Amino acid sequence: MGETATAAATRTLDVARIRAEFPALHQESHGKPLVYLDNAATTQKPRRVIDAVTRFYERDCANVHRGVHQLSQRATIAYESARTTVKRHLGAADSREIVFTRGTTEAINLVASSFVRPRLAPGDEILITGMEHHSNIVPWQLLCEATGAVLKIVPITDAGEIELERFAELLSERTRMVGVVHVSNALGTVNPVREMVEIAHDRGVPVLVDGAQAVPHGRVDVGELDCDFYVFSGHKTYGPTGIGALYGKREHLLGMVPWQGGGDMILSVTWEKTRYAEPPHRFEAGTPNIAGAIGLAAALDYLDGLGPEAVAAHEAALLEAATEAVLSVPGVRLIGAARHRAGALSFVMDGIHPHDIGTILDTEGVAIRAGHHCAQPVMQRFGVSATVRASFAVYNTHEEIGRLVEGLYAVKEVFG
Amino acid sequence: MKELYQEIILDHNRRPRNCYVMDCANRSADGHNPLCGDTVRVYLRIEGGRIEEISFQGSGCAICTASTSLMTESVKGKTVDQAKHLFDGFHHMLTGLAEEQGVPLGKLQVFEGVREYPVRVKCATLAWHTLNAAMKGEDAPATTE
Ligand SMILES: Cc1ncc(COP(=O)(O)O)c(C=O)c1O
Repeated sequence: MGETATAAATRTLDVARIRAEFPALHQESHGKPLVYLDNAATTQKPRRVIDAVTRFYERDCANVHRGVHQLSQRATIAYESARTTVKRHLGAADSREIVFTRGTTEAINLVASSFVRPRLAPGDEILITGMEHHSNIVPWQLLCEATGAVLKIVPITDAGEIELERFAELLSERTRMVGVVHVSNALGTVNPVREMVEIAHDRGVPVLVDGAQAVPHGRVDVGELDCDFYVFSGHKTYGPTGIGALYGKREHLLGMVPWQGGGDMILSVTWEKTRYAEPPHRFEAGTPNIAGAIGLAAALDYLDGLGPEAVAAHEAALLEAATEAVLSVPGVRLIGAARHRAGALSFVMDGIHPHDIGTILDTEGVAIRAGHHCAQPVMQRFGVSATVRASFAVYNTHEEIGRLVEGLYAVKEVFG
Repeated sequence: MKELYQEIILDHNRRPRNCYVMDCANRSADGHNPLCGDTVRVYLRIEGGRIEEISFQGSGCAICTASTSLMTESVKGKTVDQAKHLFDGFHHMLTGLAEEQGVPLGKLQVFEGVREYPVRVKCATLAWHTLNAAMKGEDAPATTE
């Protein structure tokens, strides 16, 4: 820190040095140097994250919030300071607004059952967009099935952008919750969530933002967004699997009922009455993923050290170059051409199924994702069953885009 | 790569055989591979325990399309039991599971290379699972899961 935002943004990253920190990048796949372009599925982990997790298991391993002994105290301090790191990274006002979860999916389910469910009556509405990941669709469908509420969908344009006017129109008297993805994992679209939050708040409707693909790619500030809930996964942002976080405004969390019962989420238990702990612990029943939280904090510290603005600038340059390079291959068609994109590029090739492309690229050492990206409604919207998705991280290089394009020519050669 | 995408496979992908909706079918079944989104519908006209006519419709990757197309060619005119033996033999070749039936696989042998690509095995077997479901007259869609 100590440096101005502009200086951080214009600072260029030393990608070679960054790559040196990621052990998994230095391997061959099918006899060729690995080109890892499946970062939207999960990113690789830097040495310091792996070390933080290892250090916990080697030195500080104990349960949290319950031991008087040294190790337990160290584990508790590390776990709770990881919470402070997440708070700082997201620009939250208070560490008590951060709940550790298994990831984005669990965080959304938590909000659905503890915040939204008690406020729903039959006929009430939940509004999401046509661009959501299944994890921001299915929990709401389950909730609607259980309560008689209705799920409404904001349509998306041919370019893969949310129809904002339709969003405003679909917000009704009965809307109890809005769920929107910050950055689409299937299309790369960056949504105007700040604006959407404002529109929803004008009608008194709270908003959950799915930040799974936003946190890895730049600065997120929940204070500025003013969203009610923000969720993300550690493993997509250089942290371990099985850990993520929910940010919730303190006033909301305070009013929410627990969603799972067990140890660590109570003040006292008697047969007559059990009193629940205050947030965030109210929502963290059972022994949490302590090592995961510690690893996640190391990952966020790492990102902060690089500078989220510098990361965003590097990845934006990659995305622009990749878009141009991929489109130069005859027969390639982009799926999603939003004005503002980040992180990922989705495309199809004339007459060649994405899975065949995926297999051939794999044998060329290039790892991409071929499929529906857990966003089948998006695929249906664009009339495809699957796409090829190349997604970028801070360690990717322009040479790797060259390898991707060479791989696409290899695909064309096989399919003639 | 050439072991996987053999010329025969590419040819059947480009020009799938027996790819039409059969109006006079007396059995049919849908197959779905949830991982890839491949879908296929297999139509059969079975008379006296023999597959007199077989066709399919669907969308999928090259392995799936070619496998379905070649399957229709190889089971046409066979009895239901013979078709099941072929399926077992095919399954055995790709996964080592199912019992080796000692049935000559003929052209189906071109899929041997798929064995080296475990995530693609389901693409090659979807058609067969669907055929099996159709022969049994099952209502629920066949899946590779
Ligand atoms: C936009 C988006 N939301 C939610 C998720 C679900 O994340 P997780 O599986 O880590 O819970 C993903 C991951 O694929 C995603 O990309």
